[in-house]
Amino acid sequence: MRLKSSPVVMTLYLLFLLVPIYWLVNMSLKTNTEITSSFTLIPNDLTFRNYLVILTDPSWYMGYVNSIIYVVMNTVISITVALPAAYAFSRYSFMGDKHLFFWLLTNRMAPPAVFALPFFQLYSSVGLFDTHIAVALAHCLFNVPLAVWILEGFMRGVPKEIDETAYIDGYSFPRFFVKIFMPLIASGIGVAAFFCFMFSWVELLLSRTLTSVNAKPIAATMTRTVSASGMDWGVLAAAGVLTIVPGALVIYFVRNYIAKGFALGRV
Amino acid sequence: MEKTVNQKAWFLVLPVLVIVAFSAIVPLMTVVNYSVNDTFGNNQFFWVGLEWFEEMVTSERLHDALGRQILFSAIILAIEVPLGIFIALNMPKKGFWGSVVLVLMALPLLIPFNVVGTIWQIFGRVDIGLLGHTLAAFGIDYNYTNDPLDAWITVIVMDVWHWTSLVALLAYAGLQSIPQAYYQAARIDQATRWAIFRYIELPKMQGVLLIAILLRFMDSFMIYTEPFVVTGGGPGNSTTFLSIDLVKMAVGQFDLGPAAAFSIMYFLVILLVSWVFYTVMTNLDREEAR
Repeated sequence: MRLKSSPVVMTLYLLFLLVPIYWLVNMSLKTNTEITSSFTLIPNDLTFRNYLVILTDPSWYMGYVNSIIYVVMNTVISITVALPAAYAFSRYSFMGDKHLFFWLLTNRMAPPAVFALPFFQLYSSVGLFDTHIAVALAHCLFNVPLAVWILEGFMRGVPKEIDETAYIDGYSFPRFFVKIFMPLIASGIGVAAFFCFMFSWVELLLSRTLTSVNAKPIAATMTRTVSASGMDWGVLAAAGVLTIVPGALVIYFVRNYIAKGFALGRV
Repeated sequence: MEKTVNQKAWFLVLPVLVIVAFSAIVPLMTVVNYSVNDTFGNNQFFWVGLEWFEEMVTSERLHDALGRQILFSAIILAIEVPLGIFIALNMPKKGFWGSVVLVLMALPLLIPFNVVGTIWQIFGRVDIGLLGHTLAAFGIDYNYTNDPLDAWITVIVMDVWHWTSLVALLAYAGLQSIPQAYYQAARIDQATRWAIFRYIELPKMQGVLLIAILLRFMDSFMIYTEPFVVTGGGPGNSTTFLSIDLVKMAVGQFDLGPAAAFSIMYFLVILLVSWVFYTVMTNLDREEAR
């Protein structure tokens, strides 16, 4: 029994959230002439040309492929290194652990703008400029701390007795970790992976700075329509809609953990 | 949970340390290096000491950007935190609609930053955007590309649209953890709605709200992509926030020295605020554990 909630407030708020998105979807289904010459709430002349342009032109759809490649790389790296570290933070106390944990937090809070130029020079000098791995590593700056924090939050909830019982039963640490511990925090790993995926997916400043052609992300490709002759509003809107799709698809699975993820595992 | 002292745990942390050091410490050292040197290209550097820092501390341009930044962060916090709590109090508790509302609310959070910018850029345009067009139809003179006030309103509404759900979701998670017994006790005492909020719900939400405020403050303090896409920092410099100014300086004009000095001061401010929040947060954790 919580106190009564008002559906009116929720409806108004959801309308506020959805109307701008609706407008984008609406525009992506119109022709450019209809967008610029008339003002219609639903497309008069329904067209899928804008989506066809994106799905058939390699310079467009490769943007999505590039984004997905570096995002997946980043997620795998982040989770792999964060798992043992989060275990260490949740189970042991060691020299400097509090300072280290705080230092990780500051990296999540660091403005990407500060790092854009040094990253550019660092990766250029080691020959990684315009590769997927460069962006993946750069995004580790904020995703590794995030993953450590989220996983630590989940691991704290697993009683320590389980570890001890496993050791008495003769499990070695790696075998215990993979066979027993990881299945126990499977939902935590899923949530951490989702948040790494998401924060890497939505980031633009670093991914744009570190790429030019071969690894250019979709977010950077989208600025292209601005410089073309006139403005291809329809294609821009369609590209925008397609960037929302991956997040919208997986969000259902993590809906009960969204708050925990955003709160860095601290709920 | 009692933790055992184990120095070998450092080996488990080592991979994180290496990878974050590569992506944080090395670039940061480059920045420090730039901030005390002047360069004319060709990798030739001249030691200038603290000259850039002095230039930046007294720079009118930086003061203006900082002022705008603080104003922006203050406004969005003042809107998003109360609004987020209000929304959280009105969210349906369970069942089918609970899930639907959760998913819909999280939607703006998952949209790439530049697409958020694009959505509002289109939405606010007088010629093709629903918002701009509707306002114009009501005879309101609204044009975010020319009028600084309109640009500000657009950027703030966009941020509220983008991030209020985050505050609401966190507050909602805090509310979920309140045991039913508290509400029953309040009902027996015939507590008013306000008293329940003030003495039961607000204290219970303290921890999550702190995180929400920390995250919103930090992320708004380093906001770049969204206002850049919508207004490009204009009209004039009216929506040029710290990050936009920094990128302009570093990548646009290639003033590496001043930009680096700027970066370091920017980072120190963030570090200080993070530290204050972290201390309060860990103290809260400890109190709860007791």
